[in-house]
Amino acid sequence: MNTSNTTNTIEFTPERLAQAKAVIAQYPAGKQKSALLPLLHILQEQEGWTSPEGMDYVATMLDIQPIEVYEVASFYTMYHLEPVGKHVIEYCRTGPCCLMGGEEVYAHLKQKLGIETGQTTPDSRFTLKEVECLAACGMGPVFQIREKYYTNLTNERVDEIIDELSN
Amino acid sequence: MGKKILTEHINVPGIETFDVYRKQGGYTAVEKAIKTMTPEAVVEEVKKAGVRGRGGAGFPMGMKWSFLAKPEGVPRYLVCNADESEPGTFKDHYLMKNIPHLLIEGMIVSSFALGANTSFIYVRGELMYVIKILEKAIAEAKAAGFLGKNILGSGYDLELVVQPGGGAYICGEETALLESLEGKRGNPRNKPPFPAVKGLYQSPTVVNNVESIATTPWIMNNGGDAYAAIGIGRSTGTKLISASGHIKKPGVYEIELGVPVEEFIYSDEWCGGIRDGHHLKALVAGGSSVPILPAGLALKLANGEPRLMSYESLSEGGFQTGTMLGSGGFIVFDETACIVRNTWNFSRFYHHESCGQCSPCREGTGWMEKVLHRIEHGHGSMHDIDLLVDVARKIEGNTICPLGDAAAWPVASAIRHFRDEFEWHISNPFEATQPGAVFRGDMVLA
Repeated sequence: MNTSNTTNTIEFTPERLAQAKAVIAQYPAGKQKSALLPLLHILQEQEGWTSPEGMDYVATMLDIQPIEVYEVASFYTMYHLEPVGKHVIEYCRTGPCCLMGGEEVYAHLKQKLGIETGQTTPDSRFTLKEVECLAACGMGPVFQIREKYYTNLTNERVDEIIDELSN
Repeated sequence: MGKKILTEHINVPGIETFDVYRKQGGYTAVEKAIKTMTPEAVVEEVKKAGVRGRGGAGFPMGMKWSFLAKPEGVPRYLVCNADESEPGTFKDHYLMKNIPHLLIEGMIVSSFALGANTSFIYVRGELMYVIKILEKAIAEAKAAGFLGKNILGSGYDLELVVQPGGGAYICGEETALLESLEGKRGNPRNKPPFPAVKGLYQSPTVVNNVESIATTPWIMNNGGDAYAAIGIGRSTGTKLISASGHIKKPGVYEIELGVPVEEFIYSDEWCGGIRDGHHLKALVAGGSSVPILPAGLALKLANGEPRLMSYESLSEGGFQTGTMLGSGGFIVFDETACIVRNTWNFSRFYHHESCGQCSPCREGTGWMEKVLHRIEHGHGSMHDIDLLVDVARKIEGNTICPLGDAAAWPVASAIRHFRDEFEWHISNPFEATQPGAVFRGDMVLA
């Protein structure tokens, strides 16, 4: 877990600052608020979660009110508004994946990790979330960890993935 | 083998790179359009092609383009809807990941036709790896002179921006998408004004699906008439179908519109049939929002004629005996699938994804989820079935955007065609809540 939430100021690293500035420059003059969702992704990539301090920093950068950031961050499901483990498993719970045994595999995954939906393992290595359709229904059951899709899941495959990420 | 327009070269090794895509004839449509045609002529070809919006609504793309307001001195925008989130749909994901330049080429042609100098591709945020693929493709196209200032010496400028979403099904609705692109919550806007008049940044805007835009290079190269000659009737061209569920070969297939549903399911060219030892029970033909059909009505119209994969044939019989082509999210259920459980699952999805602006949707989707949950878990009463029908009817047509309808239709259609299954759950709560229990009563399979 990242500990930077204990400090009161957050700043992007020089690389991420350059990236953020390039994003802002893509929009017409005065429309910099369009950069809000991309900047929140950059923030979360750096901090591991979307912290209040980070959101305030983004608000300042875009010259908007902090509430405009909070209301957006809380609307979308990808922004973690509380600290999370190192690997956030986002497990698809929608119909097509369930037809392929998604519910049974999910039960196994929870047992394997020893946690329920929304919880983080005591060693802070895994956080488990349920998400809706990830647009990979032909390869279900599916879960995602950051950018990577894990497809055609079975109990055995889940064991392999978790064991691999535990080392 | 049917005609392939979008996926003809998708398996060529290296097709995701500019060089290989170019060698396969890529970007000739941009050259043709920008060097030899006027924007009006490009619009005319797309109109002739009769392409209908591939995101789900099926509205003719050329007509949508012709509605774009063109006031002097006001920028116009093209926004590509790549927010693909409709359960059962994964074709845009497949297309963008494998052949990103097809979308980029289509964006250039379409932006030129509409007079847009900045265009956006709004991709659902979960597909961050696809966003990186698109950004790389854009950089390559720019380096080759197909994007940026003064494209091919024509004086036409275009910048493409790839925008990530934040995780919200509702942003696939075009006005919610525009709100999101402006850095706000994805609350759909009241219409009118339509985006064609006041869209992104209150400027005239066209929003088109990935697959729709990806048809334009072929239309430029071959002409609108050639495109319209493919398919059947007003369902012109080809369609990407995302096939999932209990079939032997799930995946994305490009079909000529008009293929019989039965052939699509059982032919080895496509789904390869129902998985071994099982039989077709039900079909959701166009993404989770469209009405579910029992096997008999999925394969044949009420008059016994074969049902075809086309806008008209799938909707034949209205919602009494028909459904919709929608996004082409083709979800197949065999006899092991519990319709009640699946309907509860879908209603949970819509409740989760409702933006909360309109009371009928915000409250109604929650009520439907709750009632379906109790039926599925052995606590339902017979009155609940009519209650569900009543709630669905009161949501439908009473919301700003179509999410309300999308939530109501799966519930209403499941009860219309599988009422005995709901009744069985209510009459036999113990049996129905055993793991894997499915009603086998008078089930008609194919």
